[in-house]
Amino acid sequence: MPKNEVVLRVGGAAGDGIASTGESFAKICSRSGLHLLAYNSYQSVIRGGFIYLQLRAGREKIYSHGNKVDFLIALNPLEFQRNIVDVVPGGAVLYNSDKIKPDSDTIPKDVILCPLPVNEILKDIGRNPILQNTVALSSLVQLLNLDVDVMNGVIRDYFGKKKQSVMDINLKVIEAGYDYAKSNLPDFDFDLNPDYNIKRPVLTGNQALGFGSIIAGCKFYCAYPMTPASSILHYLIAQSKKSGMVVKQAEDEISVINMAIGSSFAGVRSMVGTSGGGFALMTEAIGLAGQTETPIVVINSMRGGPSTGLPTKTEQGDLFQAIGASQGDFPKVIIAPSTIEDCYYSIIESFNLADQFQIPVMVLSDLFLSEHMESIVDLDFNSTIERGEIVTSNDSDKLYKRFKYTDNGVSPRAFPGTSNTVFQASSDEHDDYGNIISDVFTDSETRIKIMLKRMRKMKFIEEQLPPVKLEGPVDADLTIVSWGSTYNVVHEAIQILQNNSKSVNHLHIKYLVPLQKGIKEILSKSKDTLIVEANYSGQLSKLISMETGFQINHTLFKYDGEPFYPEQIIDKVEDLI
Amino acid sequence: MVVEPIKIEEYKSEITPTWCPGCGDFAVLRGIHTALARLKIKSENVVISSGIGCSSNLPGFVNAYGFHGLHGRSLPIANGIKLANTDLTVIATGGDGDGYGIGLGHFIHSMRRNIDITYIVMNNQIYGLTTGQASPTSERGMLTKSTPSGLLEVPVNPIALALISGATYVSRGFSGNADHLSSTIENALSHKGFSLVDVLSPCVTYNKIQTYQWFRDRVYTLEDEEHDTNDLKQAISKSYEWESKIPIGVFYKADKPTYDGDEPALQDGPLVNQPLDTGKNIAKQLLDEFT
Repeated sequence: MPKNEVVLRVGGAAGDGIASTGESFAKICSRSGLHLLAYNSYQSVIRGGFIYLQLRAGREKIYSHGNKVDFLIALNPLEFQRNIVDVVPGGAVLYNSDKIKPDSDTIPKDVILCPLPVNEILKDIGRNPILQNTVALSSLVQLLNLDVDVMNGVIRDYFGKKKQSVMDINLKVIEAGYDYAKSNLPDFDFDLNPDYNIKRPVLTGNQALGFGSIIAGCKFYCAYPMTPASSILHYLIAQSKKSGMVVKQAEDEISVINMAIGSSFAGVRSMVGTSGGGFALMTEAIGLAGQTETPIVVINSMRGGPSTGLPTKTEQGDLFQAIGASQGDFPKVIIAPSTIEDCYYSIIESFNLADQFQIPVMVLSDLFLSEHMESIVDLDFNSTIERGEIVTSNDSDKLYKRFKYTDNGVSPRAFPGTSNTVFQASSDEHDDYGNIISDVFTDSETRIKIMLKRMRKMKFIEEQLPPVKLEGPVDADLTIVSWGSTYNVVHEAIQILQNNSKSVNHLHIKYLVPLQKGIKEILSKSKDTLIVEANYSGQLSKLISMETGFQINHTLFKYDGEPFYPEQIIDKVEDLI
Repeated sequence: MVVEPIKIEEYKSEITPTWCPGCGDFAVLRGIHTALARLKIKSENVVISSGIGCSSNLPGFVNAYGFHGLHGRSLPIANGIKLANTDLTVIATGGDGDGYGIGLGHFIHSMRRNIDITYIVMNNQIYGLTTGQASPTSERGMLTKSTPSGLLEVPVNPIALALISGATYVSRGFSGNADHLSSTIENALSHKGFSLVDVLSPCVTYNKIQTYQWFRDRVYTLEDEEHDTNDLKQAISKSYEWESKIPIGVFYKADKPTYDGDEPALQDGPLVNQPLDTGKNIAKQLLDEFT
């Protein structure tokens, strides 16, 4: 039976054009109606290093980038050697045979070599070294029986904005590579079952976060460059003419979040994005947003810590940092989106929660979720924008109480410029007018009243958020608990386990603060429990124990910086049941 | 239509300042009240941000919107407010520790932006609210609670910093000359672009060296001299005068492009007035870009 899924790895050094090769192949797949998921493993270098992009594609929804690869495109001799061990039996390596001379002793017997004599193939076309990538890609398109015209279209769109002559050369290279593969390379038994009438959008998590913020009516995004959050900045600035968003790179993350709080105070939906180190600088101002009841959405795309840590690697290590961000107690929400689609919806929801409850909302993504590309089916554009209670005028002769004591703790907001609503927002403790109580007299009664008013919001937030849902059979032998970006890989592992007659269900937690309802009720009925987290100490596991008293039995923690593979979860489960 | 003059009293809030009797900050407060009244800016169109410190309590004493934020972060808040609503008159306030110490980075970068806000620094060369430690503008050798053997650092020169960082209205006031201070603030508020008013605002409790008398013996007004406010080099040279003669008034003034004036996304008017559904209207187009 032909294979209906393919895993491609492009291995090389930074500067070899891996990302653009991967992006082109992703578009070829998505325009062939295929689903895909791609992960870029890279280093904090601009040239050199060891990087690869791995892409898995097929007609059905793809949940991980896979482990072993069917095709390896090796861009230099070192990567040829390093990656060949991950090629499946019967899989192949495509490489420029002018540059790479394989040592036959080190090549696994069942791996098929597909040398591409690039100079010979391109002898009438051009000699730019980056063209070897296009030769390899068009050869692969032929080996996978995909329509070469789709690749031509992708390249036309890519170079359309650049020079016509460059595009013409690339189109010739595609033809030459494709023809060479057809006449010279062996046949592979793949049928990806493409449907050229379907074009699937392919987004990274950061693009989905940015896209969601545009749909949510965010008009101010502020950031300081930091991997892996920078591509939110890049996406939003590229769209700013159309979206009407002010996108500001500020001098540091302290300025970033304070500017956004200023902008939000003045009435504009505002968001910031960073990673753990930048988030650490923002923490004091997260408390400021809580204290002044100024809505703000803060994205922390987590990378390996502590300190500079693993700048280009993934981790879920900032949950406690987010929970503990800033001194004192104040109402807040922490959301961890699970998938690309969920990034989009979570941002829209975050803006609504921030505005309705006048609180900081923290969104925890991670490098894997933020930067990997994935095909999606569709997105709903009909979400509503809930700005909460806003005072548009005050005709009464009474002074406006910005922080009026209310049953749900939310006091109607007025933006500067609204008649008769002058007030002060203060980081100092204050009364319901906003007047600071340390300047009147230290007033414990008012302090308690205003503290209770703010904290009352938490109860109403909790009621508004949906409870957790258990996926899979209720009476399974094991419940796997996860959060954030591991949803997909756990989901795939459970599917494989079920096919192997293992009964496992899945409890994925999206809302960390307030901790989603229903966790203890479900876990206390589970036969056995395992938590999967990409961190050293099991931060969610500890949080669940702290909030519910429930101790999860088994743990699978990973902190090597690479995302989970389904096999790692499967192996762990097979040890347990 | 005759516009009724707005009285200074209308800009006073109901809260009595908690500053020490004789504090230089009273003159700054009076200067802000006066300047706003003279310029007839409605209270509801004024926002004053501040950081933390004695002087940062100022927004509470003005009948205008106030944002009393974090220590050193008065300027980023003001930047954000101005970008969100360019119709507002935005004033950032604070002390020397707040603006030239912990917030120094924001000071320089806000000036590079030439964003249309007015920054009034009540500079008393000491930390007052924390009871008398050295500040970034304290003189070298000064004995304070944190420098019992004498301060080993030279002071920041805020005027010189402003001049080389892109501020387009650079001035100094003195709390002992209230009329001059009021008009300096008034002119700063009228200026399009980043305006600095560094105010020599004596701390009567913790700074026993730079007293009113110490300043009175030294200050002179630039307006009384033949100082050319268009001449950056002359302004820089004046900014180094300190020991025996201290200039107050406008060092430099220039009409230059502002950040808020040139930001592409602000060309349709204040951000806060823009429709929220812009994104929804282009959603399909944006999603198609991903295929």
